[in-house]
Amino acid sequence: MDMISIPVVNMTPILPEIFLSVLAMVLLLLNVFSPSGKKSYLAYISFIGIAATAVLVGAGWGGHIESFSGAVILDNFATFFKMIFLLAAGLTVLISDQYMEREECNHGELYPLILFTVVGMMLMASGTDLMTIFLGLEVMSVSLYVLAGFNRNNKKSNEAGLKYFLLGAFSTGFLLYGMALTYGATGTTRVYKIASVVGQMTLPSANIMLLAGMLLMMTGFAFKIAAAPFHMWTPDVYEGAPTPMTAFMSAGPKAAGFAALLRILLVALPTLQIEWSQLLWVLAVLTMTVGNITALRQDNIKRMLAYSSIAHAGYALVGLVAGNGTGTAGILFYMLSYAFMNIGAFAIIILVSKKGETNGNVMDFAGLGFKRPLLAVAMTIFLFSLAGMPPTAGFIGKFYLFSGAVQKGYIWLAVIGVLNSAASVYYYLRVMVYMYMKEPTEEFEWTQVTAPVALALIISVAGSMIPGIVPSFILEFAQQAVKLI
Amino acid sequence: METLFFAIVSLVAIISAILVITCKNPINSALSLIMTFFCLATYYVMLDAPFMAAVQVMVYAGAIMVLIVFTIMLLNIRVNATQKHSHRILLGSIIGFFTLINTIVLLVKSQAAKPVGPFTGDMIRNIGHSELIGREMFTTFLLPFEITSILLLVAIVGSVILAKKNI
Amino acid sequence: MLGAYLPILLLVIVAVGFGLCSLVFSSLIGPKKISALKLSPYESGCEPVGTARERFSIKFYLIAMLFILFDIEAVFLYPWAILYKKLGVFGLVEMGLFIVILFVGYIYVWKKGALEWE
Repeated sequence: MDMISIPVVNMTPILPEIFLSVLAMVLLLLNVFSPSGKKSYLAYISFIGIAATAVLVGAGWGGHIESFSGAVILDNFATFFKMIFLLAAGLTVLISDQYMEREECNHGELYPLILFTVVGMMLMASGTDLMTIFLGLEVMSVSLYVLAGFNRNNKKSNEAGLKYFLLGAFSTGFLLYGMALTYGATGTTRVYKIASVVGQMTLPSANIMLLAGMLLMMTGFAFKIAAAPFHMWTPDVYEGAPTPMTAFMSAGPKAAGFAALLRILLVALPTLQIEWSQLLWVLAVLTMTVGNITALRQDNIKRMLAYSSIAHAGYALVGLVAGNGTGTAGILFYMLSYAFMNIGAFAIIILVSKKGETNGNVMDFAGLGFKRPLLAVAMTIFLFSLAGMPPTAGFIGKFYLFSGAVQKGYIWLAVIGVLNSAASVYYYLRVMVYMYMKEPTEEFEWTQVTAPVALALIISVAGSMIPGIVPSFILEFAQQAVKLI
Repeated sequence: METLFFAIVSLVAIISAILVITCKNPINSALSLIMTFFCLATYYVMLDAPFMAAVQVMVYAGAIMVLIVFTIMLLNIRVNATQKHSHRILLGSIIGFFTLINTIVLLVKSQAAKPVGPFTGDMIRNIGHSELIGREMFTTFLLPFEITSILLLVAIVGSVILAKKNI
Repeated sequence: MLGAYLPILLLVIVAVGFGLCSLVFSSLIGPKKISALKLSPYESGCEPVGTARERFSIKFYLIAMLFILFDIEAVFLYPWAILYKKLGVFGLVEMGLFIVILFVGYIYVWKKGALEWE
């Protein structure tokens, strides 16, 4: 072992990550070297960069390349998720500039940090080594802690950043401990190797170390996707963080958490499916119920959407419990449509709320239907989609998730899911009732809809409607994506 | 000889760890924590992992302790401000006790005893711990190594944004 | 096999011994005349004003944080230094990339004025 064999390095799988990292670093330097003042141009550059990366990612569809001796992979699964992340980031950049200008915290670092978050999420989706997944998660989380506390003048934003950091670091500890135990039990961190080592074990379900590792990893990811009982941070962080960042956090990192969880559970530990699906069954039921029941009592709309986002994590977990093609493809489909409808809803919240995050209650939507009919229609579409009403994307997503569970015989789980979904209609409808059936309590100046925000709204409306009307197109992509893992 | 040395180090480690949580003055607690970190470093040396020992001393006993001491001074906790939390101590002891039992069960019952990776104790002794870590880090784990630099960069930017007075 | 670490152990013993000896002997041999003035904190001969326990500025924290991050960078250099010849150009490129990325952070911190005492 005197000479070191130099590994073959194929850059193709991580080209999007490299491109985005370089772009983020250039923006970072551009920010400090350019005179202070308006930083809007950074938003435009990031948006173009994100769009270019999306083209780069899209070109990799259908490929299957392993690189860095099995640390990352380019496959359809990763490509699909990368598209979701880029979409979430692109929409967030579009709605950020106006908001940050209004809140007087438009520091140029915002955009590099968003790009770094995307890099982290992408590494989580394409990582096939526990180390890559962990480091991707850390890059994502550290950027998000800062983004949550980005509005330094607002005490709630500070609190959100600190809370998110403390609980996030705590959950990272669980995750890392789980990975260490898994490494101890199998002797490798490569996801595909873990699968073969575990497959050769005589009785893997009796290996306490492996089980403990799996359990701790699941706990860590449950924190990140905000599944009950690890959801405590979500309402405070979602409420306190700057609204565009809340939108981003609820769409991107949740999808990234699911990407890594799917990869680890379905690829590395399929032999333990009976064990983890039982645990996830309980987790899914708890998450859906806790999220929906608590959301019923919320007046602050950001808090309400935070609890609703917990509930949505629960719906997606139903697909993972099923673990079959329909269920997992359902998760991918659902995460994509959730990014559209949730970011869209938050964009409307930004337009309704005023400086200093005031006017964020459900009552403040009173009369929106008469004053700004177009915005109200858009909000109605997002809320319908979130509630899972046909013919929106949310309905089709839930349909596939629950039918996956039914196919696998989890009838009760599907029933609980449908009941929860029905309960959720109440709090989404409440906003609509205020929009269309109540007079505004006081007159105030409506925020102007700038061109980027309008573009974001158009994309979101299209994304919440089109997959609902012609689902087969996107579902086919999702099914191809989960076929290979 | 080694057993005796282990016993001495363990004794120091346990005493300093107890001091960390019983000291009234937070600075004294921090100093005891440094001692605990040094004992941990000694364990790494005894386990043929000198690189980990060096990292433990440099990063934990050095850099992280500076941060902890600064944080104590930033919060400016007075000695008399600390309160008694007997029920919390009890709860903590119970959790700690069960964790200990858990660890023992895990070590005795599971397959952890036999190493499964490609690296044996002899190999580490012959080639050297730091060199083996380097080999793995710069070949097999090349990508994670480069991601670390991105992570550090994000942390640098983040700490400036959150802690600098005027940005 | 722990013989290689004997010098370090000796160093620790000498250091601890010196510290202990100075404390013990000065308390044994030194004269003790305690007065209120002698027990007050030493502030370069001036009368002490207020408490010594002032709240530290957050600036220290930022510097400490940056120190940790660049310290971790330095730690990664050790294994590379050991393998420098064996890895050759490949290792140089790898480490170069690592350092360049962190150098971007350094330039950022510098230009941002985070190293200045404002």
